[in-house]
Amino acid sequence: MADKIATRESYGNVLKEMGAVKKDLIVMDADLSGSTKTGVFAKEYPDRFFNMGIAEQNMYGYAAGLALSGKTVCASTFAMFASGRAYEIIRNSIGYTKANVKICATHAGITVGADGASHQTFEDISLMRNIPGMTVINPSDDTSARVLLKQAIEMQGPCYVRLGRAAVPVFYGDDADLQIGKGNCIREGKDLTIIATGIMVSKAVAAAETLAAKGIDARVIDIHTIKPIDKDIIVKAAKETGAIVTAEEHSIIGGLGSAVCEVLAEECPVKVKRVGQLDTYGESGQPDELLEKYGMTEADIVKAAEELKA
Amino acid sequence: MDQKGLEKTAANVRTGVIKAIHAAGSGHPGGSLSAADIVTALYFEVMNIDPKDPDMKDRDKFILSKGHAGPVQYAALAERGYFPKEDILSLRKLGNRFQGHPDMNKVPGIEMSTGSLGQGFSASCGMALAAKLDGSPARVYTLLGDGEIQEGMIWEAAMSAAHYSLDNLTAILDWNGLQIDGKNDDVMKITPVTDKFAAFGWNVIEIDGHDFAQILDAFDKAKACKGKPTVIVAKTVKGKGVSFMEGQAGWHGKAPDDDQCKQAVEELGGEW
Repeated sequence: MADKIATRESYGNVLKEMGAVKKDLIVMDADLSGSTKTGVFAKEYPDRFFNMGIAEQNMYGYAAGLALSGKTVCASTFAMFASGRAYEIIRNSIGYTKANVKICATHAGITVGADGASHQTFEDISLMRNIPGMTVINPSDDTSARVLLKQAIEMQGPCYVRLGRAAVPVFYGDDADLQIGKGNCIREGKDLTIIATGIMVSKAVAAAETLAAKGIDARVIDIHTIKPIDKDIIVKAAKETGAIVTAEEHSIIGGLGSAVCEVLAEECPVKVKRVGQLDTYGESGQPDELLEKYGMTEADIVKAAEELKA
Repeated sequence: MDQKGLEKTAANVRTGVIKAIHAAGSGHPGGSLSAADIVTALYFEVMNIDPKDPDMKDRDKFILSKGHAGPVQYAALAERGYFPKEDILSLRKLGNRFQGHPDMNKVPGIEMSTGSLGQGFSASCGMALAAKLDGSPARVYTLLGDGEIQEGMIWEAAMSAAHYSLDNLTAILDWNGLQIDGKNDDVMKITPVTDKFAAFGWNVIEIDGHDFAQILDAFDKAKACKGKPTVIVAKTVKGKGVSFMEGQAGWHGKAPDDDQCKQAVEELGGEW
């Protein structure tokens, strides 16, 4: 694998780059600018950065007011507090009004690591994709984070972008053709399809290689946009390969697995196995230890695929 | 507009409130009537706005953070000429634009969708901050309910508005003393209100919220205050102008029947 970069680092770099050309870009944070990497923007463009203190609800209310006054706003904190603490403000002041706010939430999922269960959110995709008009994006590596964040900042309307704390492998080349709303088939295959999102995409690719050695030809699709979801690529995969494994660093309730099942139940019912956080809280530990303990590794994807094909 | 004109206009606005809520069969008359004089002063005397160009550059903005008083904003906008008065009689009906709580994407002149308490205040702060960044002379006004300030988010916003020296922001507290379940003092004490805002770094002005001379003077003083936001703590009477609604928590969220509507309209003496 190539270098490892956390998608929050990608976010900081995108903000710095976009800030130079997009003069209406405002960035806000709730006292976590060092961790979310909005501090990179703050250093370059102090007049367009606003630290709102430890007050997430108010931050997203401000973000709505600024956006409805013509600004493009990226407002960041940890995914737990963005999607959880500020949920109803995002729903009513940003979603309902169609405000041009990008909720760029870092430290999502179990790879937050040692901070433990209070800071590990597995509910954010579920919460955000329920909001009408909200675009929900979950990049898988540095390249996809940079490409999709730029598109999110340029598009009109509310977006939720899920970013991670831990460094993850860069596997997309700079020529990757990624579009918001369009799933990306990384590997062709005919026996089953692994549909993955976020940091599970690179694990899905590795799993497909392991499965190939075992005689199972797995397709791999990156669903980086959970909403609007690319129904066509999912239905095509179900028709052509007949079985689906979903993989996400999120609860199997309400996240990618649910979204894929919603599509398939209506359009093309096939067997599905969901790899992700089961209905439980996390705990302190190192990211890799936690992924293993809570069942979100390459081996878990392989196991699910083998069970489907058994 | 002189004081007599404002009083007459406020009577018209109150009449619109009663007629719309009566037609809807539900709504919030008490807190709409308590705020009617303040809202009338803003739309007819204080704010730089143009009904023919609701999105005019550098216009002043009014955000009804206590969104349940939507009828007073609708009635004032109608009276000011944003849309025909009779339109607001479709309040709360299926498929119409006058939602139970204001929707900025449906009604011209509504700057922010409100209804979930506390949120309009933060959005107002964001709009005031945007005006400052743009070097715009626009001022932002926001009306808070007294029960509304029990929301924690209000104090997050209060802290931040002082931190960012939003002197182009004026909040008005519609202090009628009553909320759905009864008196503020019984439900959750909000006093001392003036001390709280002062401690959060605000310029505080106390007035009688039904005295136009005091209302206009307070807005002048707010405009003159530099370096910090102003809150106008306005003592008001819930249900003001309708004898049987005045001071009654029971009229927070209840529509008048036909006879009550007739009596209220007669008492108000407004034109419609």
